[in-house]
Amino acid sequence: MNVINLIYLVPLLPLIGFLINGLGRKSLSKTTVGIIGSGVVFISFCLSVLIFLAASRDGFVVQNIHYFDFIKFEKLHIPFEFQIDQLTSIFLLIISGVGFLIHVYSIGYMQGETQEGFGRYFSFLNLFVFFMLLLVLGGNYVIMYIGWEGISLCSYLLIGFWFKDHENNDAGKKSFIMNRIGDIGFLLAIFWLLSLFGTVSYHDLYNSQNGFIAVISNVDTTDIVGISLLFFLGATAKSAQIPLYTWLPDAMAGPTPVSALIHAATMVTAGVYLVARSNILYSLAPTTMTVVAIIGLATAIFAAVIALKQNDIKKVLAYSTVSQLGYMFLGLGVGAYSAAVFHVMTHAFFKGLLFLAAGSVIHAMAGEQDITKMGGLGKKMRITYITFFVACLAIAGIPPFSGFFSKDEILNAAFTSSPLLYALGLGGALLTAFYMFRLLALTFAGKFRGTQEQEHHLHESSKTMTIPLIILAILSAVGGFVGIPEVFGKGGNKMGDFLSPVFAQSKQILGEHTNPHQTEIILMAVTAILSIAVSVWAWNKYKNVTAFAPGKSAFARAVRNKFYVDELYDFLFVKPYRALGNLLNNVVDKKGIDGIVNGVGRSVNYGSRQLRLLQSGQVGSYLLLMVVGMLLLFIIQLFSK
Amino acid sequence: MLGTYYTFPELLLWIPFVTGLIAIFIKDAKTVKTFALLSSIATLVVSVISLCFTDIAHHPEYFYYNNVSYIWMPYIGSSFSVGLDGMGFLLTFLTAFSYPLIFAATYKSEWKNPNAFFALMLLSQAGIMGVFVSTDALLFYFFWELALIPIYFLCSKWGGEKRIQATFKFFVYTFTGSLLMLVAIIFVYLHTPQVSPDSIHSFSISAFYNAALSPDQQSWLFWLFFFAFAVKIPVWPLHTWQPFVYEEGNYPAVMVLSGLMVKMGVFGMIRWLLPIFPDADVQFSNIVITLAIIGILYASCVALVQSDLKRFVAWSSIAHLGLMAAAVFVRNSSGLQGVMLEMLNHGINILALWIVVDIIERKTGVRKISELGGLAIKSPALAMFLVVIAFANIALPFTNSFVSEFLMFNGLFEFNKWYAIVAILGIVLSAVYMLRMVQKVFYGKLNSLTERAGRLTAGETIVLSILVVAIIILGVYPEPVINLTQGTVSDILKMIMVK
Repeated sequence: MNVINLIYLVPLLPLIGFLINGLGRKSLSKTTVGIIGSGVVFISFCLSVLIFLAASRDGFVVQNIHYFDFIKFEKLHIPFEFQIDQLTSIFLLIISGVGFLIHVYSIGYMQGETQEGFGRYFSFLNLFVFFMLLLVLGGNYVIMYIGWEGISLCSYLLIGFWFKDHENNDAGKKSFIMNRIGDIGFLLAIFWLLSLFGTVSYHDLYNSQNGFIAVISNVDTTDIVGISLLFFLGATAKSAQIPLYTWLPDAMAGPTPVSALIHAATMVTAGVYLVARSNILYSLAPTTMTVVAIIGLATAIFAAVIALKQNDIKKVLAYSTVSQLGYMFLGLGVGAYSAAVFHVMTHAFFKGLLFLAAGSVIHAMAGEQDITKMGGLGKKMRITYITFFVACLAIAGIPPFSGFFSKDEILNAAFTSSPLLYALGLGGALLTAFYMFRLLALTFAGKFRGTQEQEHHLHESSKTMTIPLIILAILSAVGGFVGIPEVFGKGGNKMGDFLSPVFAQSKQILGEHTNPHQTEIILMAVTAILSIAVSVWAWNKYKNVTAFAPGKSAFARAVRNKFYVDELYDFLFVKPYRALGNLLNNVVDKKGIDGIVNGVGRSVNYGSRQLRLLQSGQVGSYLLLMVVGMLLLFIIQLFSK
Repeated sequence: MLGTYYTFPELLLWIPFVTGLIAIFIKDAKTVKTFALLSSIATLVVSVISLCFTDIAHHPEYFYYNNVSYIWMPYIGSSFSVGLDGMGFLLTFLTAFSYPLIFAATYKSEWKNPNAFFALMLLSQAGIMGVFVSTDALLFYFFWELALIPIYFLCSKWGGEKRIQATFKFFVYTFTGSLLMLVAIIFVYLHTPQVSPDSIHSFSISAFYNAALSPDQQSWLFWLFFFAFAVKIPVWPLHTWQPFVYEEGNYPAVMVLSGLMVKMGVFGMIRWLLPIFPDADVQFSNIVITLAIIGILYASCVALVQSDLKRFVAWSSIAHLGLMAAAVFVRNSSGLQGVMLEMLNHGINILALWIVVDIIERKTGVRKISELGGLAIKSPALAMFLVVIAFANIALPFTNSFVSEFLMFNGLFEFNKWYAIVAILGIVLSAVYMLRMVQKVFYGKLNSLTERAGRLTAGETIVLSILVVAIIILGVYPEPVINLTQGTVSDILKMIMVK
């Protein structure tokens, strides 16, 4: 039996889980809800493994499965279809695999909820996974868009999960609205594609006689640059890049496992997927590629700088996500598509782990998230500590942990493009190493700085929480070995080889550029040595800190306040929108337009006061008059001939 | 297919008309309520049967060959002729579908003079049905007024304190429109083709489609028709009656107004305005689309600052209708097909929104947004329904209006990129004001007013479930509706393009 025929089950199962848990949230016990919620995702994961195996076999061809016509009339045809290729299969594994671990972890983490809340939580979580799977399975941009907005909805619902507190609701709302701004770009790009090609199926666009490659002979035409930039606008919102990144740090208002889901397995990787999926389009638009690389790099550094001064454990991680996503876009922008996807994967491991471990810490600290009030937790929480440590090594790019390989591949490609990109990228990587080890030291090393009560409460988390941590720690440690650079021997970069069919056409367009082996090894050594040095430095600097003095300089203040970007947006967009609303409502509409209408009404009123006597207010006579009037008009007309 | 004589369009008219007249004589409140509900269900059954038995997608000629026609006023060339094409089927179905839900959802409300109230409701249904089935211009005008008058009385007799004032404004607006349209109808009538110089003109729709009108004549007739239809929708800046009437009106009347009578305007534009004045369409489409897009953004801004739930719904509806008005004039299949779907979808969504607002007001006694909050704690089911309905209103994929808005924006983009780029800002603004409302009303903590809200009754749950299921089904599988209406779309486009 061909597993491809069962592909519909991959998203369908989480959807069924959503329905069961959603409708049965009052009657099902927490255990049942947890088993159903995690179980459906686990089965999806197993199917994803089978699909992956099928896709890695020799002679695998891209599969298109048509289910029904979503929209079809005249020349417009948008089928509901799936496409399975290597890129999709990798994303399926990440989403369902890491997603499953987060589900299991949640069973322990959310025990404190009411039965109703527990059911609601798991149903939303399943829905989230459903839409994300749909996003990567879709065979055209409209199906991708359905998943794309679906995850916006779920993030809104989950970020604002504790809806009694308006701060959470605001964060959820912000996430949805910022993503909607990106959606404008996505939608306009779809319309543009439709107007050019009459189709949005990947197959027709990228692999057919009438698609991009055949139709477009020149690179950088207005159409190509326009479409690719619009898609990128969508990606900046979903993947939290400048200028639409500000929702992501706020998104940690939701339960911590939700942050893990958003930051690691789903949501933010969607933007990377979109660009990787459209790689041919981007390769044909060098201008857009430059924009993508610059925005990515700028975001990577900017967010890393902000992360330096944050004292909330989740905020540090949130900005680090923004920053790491910047690296992925840097990779995409320099044409290293498979490196970017590789980084998506390793990032899913270590960032999922970091958030889940942070959740374990927050759990132990009874809700406290301020790292200045932590310290010394390593002794009480061995598993959390060790796994967090592994994740730090991975994200800081210390060999041979997973982050090293993926980041190195991106930086290496950046160097090929321009040494300056490499240098700045390296700078950002060092900042990463610094703030991560600062975080690690302040949380786990030194003496405890919280209250006695909190100290008493400290404990290692339950098994449903620690087992996912251990699994993710193993993956974070060894996950990089699927992408060993080619310098160390052909065939080492299994990831790159596996994905190569997806990016083959782009490679043709862009041409192959590689660094000389020597250069590559030197770069790698420089990155590794500096990262280790900075990590050690940060660890030593912060491991025994007891007092915290906020920096006095204007720069330090600006960093602490996230460069006032939220305030700026508030001033530029939010306030004017309200003000305009008030102006139109109170002045323009009531005094202006309606004033004119009333004026006309009054003058008519005066003239018709006599006539109004005729309006006896009865339907019958009124209708009669109307008919009589009409008849009169016709009779006059007939006789006048 | 049933036999050669089709009674469906007629029955859709006569059932509500006759039962409406009977209802006047049923004095008992409970009986007349049930009677009206049963009558509306009967109409729905007829509508569903007619949909099932007529394969309009494969027999588009149905509309032209198989309508009922009585000799009515032969000396002026008007006849009582009714028929259904794809669009007619769609809108009569929407009308037939809405009334039972309106009656069921407001079953708990008490009315003074219930016999008059329900009689007028049923008569308004007859009038609206008539508008959608008429294939004779004079008959169309007659039903147009027949639909308007009961609503006029419904709004002025039952509602808020300022209802008379509100209704008067509504009346002035719509009546002006009607008169202008009447003038235009007569003028076009006099230019319909004659067999010989002595023979009479005709009010039939085909005669109107073939009227010999110079571009100059079209250019002023266009605006007479346009005014009548645009007031109903409403197109900016002819909207100021709407928030006022919605605020003061009683819920059933407002549901009819916003769910169905609005569609009369859009329908009128597609059935009469576009095909009769093809030259003027080309000439004025830019002006109309610009007005409509201003309306989207304008209403989106105003909706944000509304404090009254009813006014809020009114403004959000104006914003969505702006897009519809714009898409009517893009003269391509995507835009018009989007409008077709949106007529149904908007009808469903706005009805659902009104039902929720009605429930909130009945349960808490207030509808000021600032006085509400935390309702999700008291009634999680209502909150869930509202979230689905709110997201349907902001056109989330897998809800019905995603497909229609997608097609309308696509049509707009095809017509002129820049219009689409400006208009699409509306999708962000709609998210802002909708989510603000959801947050203020349902989230946060309970207060003394919302504390006393109870759970949903079985009846309310059923009505809302039907609507929510419809929202999702139409969002996942819109093809049947597209098939139903695509004949109309291509007919209209052919007429606009050929002439």
